[in-house]
Amino acid sequence: MSEGLGEQVLGVSARAAEVAIKLGEMTAPLSRDEARVEADRCYFCYDAPCVDACPTGIDIPGFIGKIRTGNLRGSAVTILESNIFGGSCARVCPTEILCEEACVREAQEGKPVTIGSLQRFATDHLMATGEQPFARAPLTGKRVAVVGAGPAGLACAHRLATLGHDVLVYEARPKPGGLNEYGIAAYKVVDDFAQREVAFILGIGGIAIEYGTPLGPDLTLDKLRQEFDAVFVAIGLADPNALGVPGEGAAHVMDALGFIELLRQNPVEAAVLAKGHVVVIGGGNTAIDAATQVKLLGAETVTLAYRRGPEQIGATKVEQDWAQTHGVGIRHFLAPVAVEAHAVICAKTTVSGAKLVLTEERVSLPADLVLKAVGQSFLPEPLTAGTAPDLGGKRIGVGDDYQTSLPGVFAGGDCVSAGEDLTVQAVAHGRDAAMAIDRFLKA
Amino acid sequence: MADLSVNFAGIKSPNPFWLASAPPTDKEYNVVRALKAGWGGVVWKTLGEDPPVVNVSSRYGAASYGGNRIMGFNNIELITDRPLDVNLREIKSVKRDFPDRAIIVSLMVPCEEEAWKAILPLVEDTGADGIELNFGCPHGMSERGMGAAVGQVPDYVEMVTRWCKQHTRMPTIVKLTPNVTDILAPARAAHRGGADAVSLINTIMSIMSIDLDAMAPTPVVGGMGTHGGYCGPGVKPIALRMVGEIARARDMAGLPISGIGGISTWNDAAEFIALGSGTVQICTAAMHHGFRIIDDLTDGLSNWMDQKGYARIKDFQGKAIPNFVHWEDLNINFKTLAHINQDLCVKCGLCHIACEDTAHQAISAAKVDGRRHYEVIEDECVGCNLCAHVCPVDNCITMNPAETGLAFSTWKEHPNNPLRADAPPSQTKALV
Repeated sequence: MSEGLGEQVLGVSARAAEVAIKLGEMTAPLSRDEARVEADRCYFCYDAPCVDACPTGIDIPGFIGKIRTGNLRGSAVTILESNIFGGSCARVCPTEILCEEACVREAQEGKPVTIGSLQRFATDHLMATGEQPFARAPLTGKRVAVVGAGPAGLACAHRLATLGHDVLVYEARPKPGGLNEYGIAAYKVVDDFAQREVAFILGIGGIAIEYGTPLGPDLTLDKLRQEFDAVFVAIGLADPNALGVPGEGAAHVMDALGFIELLRQNPVEAAVLAKGHVVVIGGGNTAIDAATQVKLLGAETVTLAYRRGPEQIGATKVEQDWAQTHGVGIRHFLAPVAVEAHAVICAKTTVSGAKLVLTEERVSLPADLVLKAVGQSFLPEPLTAGTAPDLGGKRIGVGDDYQTSLPGVFAGGDCVSAGEDLTVQAVAHGRDAAMAIDRFLKA
Repeated sequence: MADLSVNFAGIKSPNPFWLASAPPTDKEYNVVRALKAGWGGVVWKTLGEDPPVVNVSSRYGAASYGGNRIMGFNNIELITDRPLDVNLREIKSVKRDFPDRAIIVSLMVPCEEEAWKAILPLVEDTGADGIELNFGCPHGMSERGMGAAVGQVPDYVEMVTRWCKQHTRMPTIVKLTPNVTDILAPARAAHRGGADAVSLINTIMSIMSIDLDAMAPTPVVGGMGTHGGYCGPGVKPIALRMVGEIARARDMAGLPISGIGGISTWNDAAEFIALGSGTVQICTAAMHHGFRIIDDLTDGLSNWMDQKGYARIKDFQGKAIPNFVHWEDLNINFKTLAHINQDLCVKCGLCHIACEDTAHQAISAAKVDGRRHYEVIEDECVGCNLCAHVCPVDNCITMNPAETGLAFSTWKEHPNNPLRADAPPSQTKALV
C-alpha cells in the first residue's frame, strides 16, 4: 500500500496544514457561560436515569450541580473518581445512546442536557490546572502486570496505583492509549488529547509502561504470573475481520482502523490516500469515522455501504448525521461480493427476519480505495503461547470479578465477552477489575 | 381591546404602568425615551434641596438565580445628584410635551415644615400631576434623617403628609418603606395626614452578597460596601402581601394604592391590580431590558383582559381582596390530593425525594417493568403541594380537591382551639 508513497509525501507536504484544518474538532468546547446555562437545565434528578445509563456510573447530576455552583475542581474529581478517562469519554462516548438518551429532558422535550459537553468542560478545567487530584494509598508492596495500555489497562493501572499497588504495563505498540490513540477519528480527540490524558493518568505515580512488548512467546502469561502478584489482560481485539470476498487482498483495500491509525500517526500519508472514489464497508462508528475522515481529507466521493437497513445500522443517528452532512453517502442493503481494480461489486440484499438474503442484483460502486470496517475479532494467539485461560466463546471468559479461569489472572475491555465495545465500557472493566484484584491481593 | 386608562387619585394616565422614582427617571432624556416607548407615566427621581447629594461609583448589586442574571437587585444610589432647577426645568418641559401622561415628582427634603413649604410651589409650577413623598429610601438618606427614617415613624409620616396637603393642591402620594414590622401603621398615618394615595413598597434593606475575594459587601466601593435597597423579581411576594394588607383594611377602604415591587410582566401587574392597586410602578425590569418592555406590559394585559372579559382596569381591580383572608378564616375541612399524570411523568424522581426526605412520605418509588414509577400514596398525602412545585413538567402533578363530606369550618370553631368561642373558661384562661 505504501509503495512509492515517499515521493508523493514530498509533493503534498504543503497539504499538512490544510489537513489539520480540515480535521477541526467535531464539537467546540463550551464556554463558561454556555456551561452554566446548560448546567442549569439539569433537574438534579433523584436516582437519575443518566447515571444508570453510564457504564462507569458517573454521578452526573452531582458533577453538573458542581458546575452550576462554580465548583469546577470538585466537578472534575466527581467525574474522574468514577472514570479516570472522563476527558476522552466526554469526547468519544456515543452519549446519544447512553446518558443523554436516558436524560429526562430527552423524554420531556427531545433535548437532553448535553452531558458529554459538560463533562468535557469540567475535566478540561482540571487538566488545564496541571493538578493531580488523586493520591496513592500507603504502598502495599504488591506488583501487578497489566497487558495493554488502552483504556481498560490504564484505568485498571490507575486504580491499582491509587490503592497502593505498583503496576508495570506491557504495551505492544510504541505509544499508550489504545484505540483512543490509534482508532478514534482525529476530529474527536484533537490536540494530542489522548497522550495528554495518559500523561495525566500516569501522574499518580507507581505505573511504568514498557512499549513494544506484546504478549506472546517472549512474554507469556506464565512468566507474568511468576513475576507478579496478579495480572490484568486488556489486549483488545487485534484481528480485523475480513470481507471474505475475491479481490480483498488488492493494494487499494485496507482496514478502516489501519487508515485511522495512519491518519492519527501520520496525517500527511493518510491525506495522500484520500483521493478519487472511496468505498467504506461497514455500519459501525469506525466506518463513520473512517468515511468522514477520508472525505474531509479530500476524497472525491465517499460511499458507506452497509449490508442491512437503517434499523440495524450500528452507528448512532448523531454519527450518521455527522457523516452525511460532511458529504458521505450512506447506502443500505448492499453486501460486497467482489473487489475489482476500481470498483466494489455489491449484491443488493433483503432482510427477512434476522436473516440477510443476497439477491442476484448487483451494484458496482466506483472505488479507488476500499476501507473495511466490519469489526474486529479477538486474536487468541498471544495467550496460547503458554498456559491460557479459558476462552469463553470468541473472547476471554471472566467471572463477575473479572477473574479468568487462571487464578490471579484478570481480564477486561474489548477482549472479554461482556458488555459493549466502548471506551467507557473498557474503563468500567479496568476500574472494577482493579477493585477485584485489590480484594484478591488482600485475601 | 380593553381600556387600560386609569384615573389614580385624580391623576389621569393612559395605562397603569408608571416608571418608579429611580435612576431611569432621573433626566429628561430617559423620561422622554420612556414616554415615547409608551409608558403611562413616570415618577421623577426624588428631588431634594440644593446643594445636590453626591453619589458613589459602583451602585448596583444583583443576585442571579437559575440562569436569570437579575433575580434580585439592589442599589446604594441616593436621590438625584443634579441641581434642583435643572430637574424642575426638565419636568416642566416633559409635561408640556406629554400632557396626556402622568408626571409625578418624588420629593425628599428635611423633616421641617419650611423645607417642604419651600419646594412644593416650585414643583407645582412645573405643571406636574402630583407628588410622591419618598419616605422609603433605606440607605444614605435615612442616615441623614430623611427617607426611611421618616417612613419608619408613623407620627412623622402623618406630620409631613399634612404639611404637603396644606401647602399644595397637587395630589399627594405617600411612598411607604417595607422596613417596618407592621405596614399598616405608616399607611394609617399617611391616611390620617390626608394622603391622596399610598405607593409601596420601597426597597428592602439588604446586603446583596459578599464578594469573597474582596471580603466586602457588593457592590464594592473601593474595598468596602454598605447596605442597599433590595428590589426586583425576588421582592414581589413581600410587596404583594403589604399591598394586600392595606387594600383589605376597612378603615382605609378606597385609599388608592400604587403597587410597586418586582413587577416584571403584565401578569405581575395584573396580580397587583387584582389585590387593589390602581397603578403599578416598575423599575428593575426596565433597567434589565430597557423601556421597550412596555409593549408587552400593555399588550399582554390588554389581551388577557379581553380574554377574561374585563373591559376596564376597574373591572378586575381589587377582585382578589375578599379572598385574601387571615389564616383562621380558611376552611380547615378543605382537602386536596396530589395526582401524578403518568403519561407526562419524565421519571426525574424529584417529587419522591422531596416528599420522602422533607415532607410526608406520600410518594412511592418503584421499578415497574424496569422503568421508574412514582405514585402518590393518598392516605399519606396532606395536599401540601411540595411535589407539584418541584415537578419540572407543567401539569404533570396536579392538586385535585378531594371530597371529605365535611362542611366549611375554620380554626375559630375547631375543638383543638383553646381560644374558640365556646371553649371552657378555665382552658382559655390558662393559655391567655
